[in-house]
Amino acid sequence: MSRLDPPRINRRSFLSLASLGSFFAALGTAAAGIFRLPNPAVLPGPVRRFKLGPPEQFSAGSETAFGEQNLVLFRDDDGFYAISSTCTHLGCTVARSKDGFACPCHGSRFDSKGSVIGGPAPRPLPWLEVSRAANGDLVVNADNEVPEGTRYRV
Amino acid sequence: MAETATREFLHNLHELPHTVKDACFRLGKTPESEREESQATFHNLFLHIHSVRVHVRTLKPTLTFGLGLMATASFVITIITGVLLMVYYKPSTDLAYQSIKDIHFTVSTGRFIRNIHRWSAQLMVLTVLLHMARVFFTASYKKPREFNWLVGLGLMVITLALSFTGYLLPWDQLAYWAITIGSNIANSPRELTDAIGITKFFDPGGFQKRLLLGANYVGEDALIRFYVLHVFVLPLTLVTLLGVHFWRIRKDGGLAKPEDPMGGLAEWGGERRTVFQPLATKTYGLMALVKGKRPPVNRGPENTVMSWPHLFWAELSVFMITVATTLILSFYSDAPLKELANPAIPENPAKAPWYFLGIQELVSYSAFTGGLLIPVIVVVGLALIPFLDRRPGGEGTWFGTKSERSVFWQSFFFALAVSVGMLAFTVNYGWLRSWFPNIHQLWIIAINPGSLLVLIFAAWSLFILKRKDSVRLAAVSLFTCFLVGFTILTYFATVHRGPNWHFYWWPSQWPVH
Repeated sequence: MSRLDPPRINRRSFLSLASLGSFFAALGTAAAGIFRLPNPAVLPGPVRRFKLGPPEQFSAGSETAFGEQNLVLFRDDDGFYAISSTCTHLGCTVARSKDGFACPCHGSRFDSKGSVIGGPAPRPLPWLEVSRAANGDLVVNADNEVPEGTRYRV
Repeated sequence: MAETATREFLHNLHELPHTVKDACFRLGKTPESEREESQATFHNLFLHIHSVRVHVRTLKPTLTFGLGLMATASFVITIITGVLLMVYYKPSTDLAYQSIKDIHFTVSTGRFIRNIHRWSAQLMVLTVLLHMARVFFTASYKKPREFNWLVGLGLMVITLALSFTGYLLPWDQLAYWAITIGSNIANSPRELTDAIGITKFFDPGGFQKRLLLGANYVGEDALIRFYVLHVFVLPLTLVTLLGVHFWRIRKDGGLAKPEDPMGGLAEWGGERRTVFQPLATKTYGLMALVKGKRPPVNRGPENTVMSWPHLFWAELSVFMITVATTLILSFYSDAPLKELANPAIPENPAKAPWYFLGIQELVSYSAFTGGLLIPVIVVVGLALIPFLDRRPGGEGTWFGTKSERSVFWQSFFFALAVSVGMLAFTVNYGWLRSWFPNIHQLWIIAINPGSLLVLIFAAWSLFILKRKDSVRLAAVSLFTCFLVGFTILTYFATVHRGPNWHFYWWPSQWPVH
């Protein structure tokens, strides 16, 4: 028996197989449809653009931690920059340590520019976009990453 | 006519207590003969999952230590106490914490009920793990019980999922950071897809995280999802699988046990009984026509006793022991409730409950490898055992095959030395990133203390396979290694990890801050 000469199948078996096939196809489609529901179409969440106050409030060489916003704002001679304090490993909040930042959950360590110096974190801490609002206040957009070293000059 | 009907009615009314009792308890008295004892067993929905007679080996406490039943008993306790807690618990980020406080401080017996819920859940996790070890070391997964081993694995995974979803509900610090870490572990395939740069096109991690949280931050949506899983989806799945698990035990011929010798005399309770010897000239019902070994063809129901009362006494006492243990623990030790969830600051250290601390230690090497890859490898490896080790022998006996006990001890000390050595090395010398700061993340995903442990254990098992020329012994060595590895990692993360996940000899040395 070759591929060109397949075994004969009678009408009844063919129709049974076809209906069974369509049953499972329908079941599969229904299952896929069901699993669309828990996959959120809209991601609700608070706005993550934070007004941090007028630039004069922060002196050169200063660093200010914003706990609720999970970021640290720095000002050096070149300008402002903000580093996220959410660990790139599993999302805990890092705290300031002697050599930079340390994560309490799994021991990731970062230097004060956010680069990984130890532990399991796969990426450096993201630098966040700094800009100014119409009234002159500094604004950090925690959803926008900028390359390391980017400064915002006032 | 009217008078007879009235009289009949009054008579029936008078007899009412008896007729209702007879309808509810069909036997109406304690069974006295073996026939009545079997009726008592199979005329009752809850008892009829048992066979009418049970092998005496099955009743020996040291065969099973009642572990499976203990797990079931703890599950029943969590269901009862869980329903009670649902009366007061409010699944909302604003109210959850306060409602748990209410349960703890205001609700009558609330604290006790919550303690029982928590302790029986912990007991369930422990007994499920020990039960698996018992089934493995008594070779009880072998044919025809392969399928039930898989069902059991499913039950173990659901048990862990139930625990995980459970400790998220109080919305305290433990809960909040556990959801954060858990959903980021679900997100951790991104570590791999990022490292090879395909996240934009293929992002299973992001999908899983979205499915768990229902949002891109940990909040109300996440809490409701975990609540639905905890109180409905997972318990329902567990009950269904549990039904299959019990049903398979029956269908697979009860607990695994060695073959009884053909003929001869059986001993039970100091009394020797004659063994059923079928005559070749006689047909013993339909059973004699069935092929196969399961119905007792050609080897009478020797060495069995009536389930009522022997098995039921045993089961009742295991149930009582479980309840008593839970009550005593709940009386003396309160379920923890940390501070209200604070998204700004995690606890330091932020530790998971004990059964996840081994994974937390692995995760501290690599999120993807430790949180997903190794657990998946372990579960798949466990699932494969009955299909790779197919040679019969040793069923229902602890360390039943030749030199199994010595392989167990060799593997035990080997795994102990390797795990302790690996942890000591990691603590003292750091890992790849401490030596090569700019190393590519792929190297860390692939080579870390966790993945190395898995490889060394696998190599050891292959070595045993070659040396002892036995698949069962290779399986024993691998299972022992993982059991020891799991225990050591759990112990290490519990005792020796402190703030910032640094090593400390003792929690009393943690810096004060």
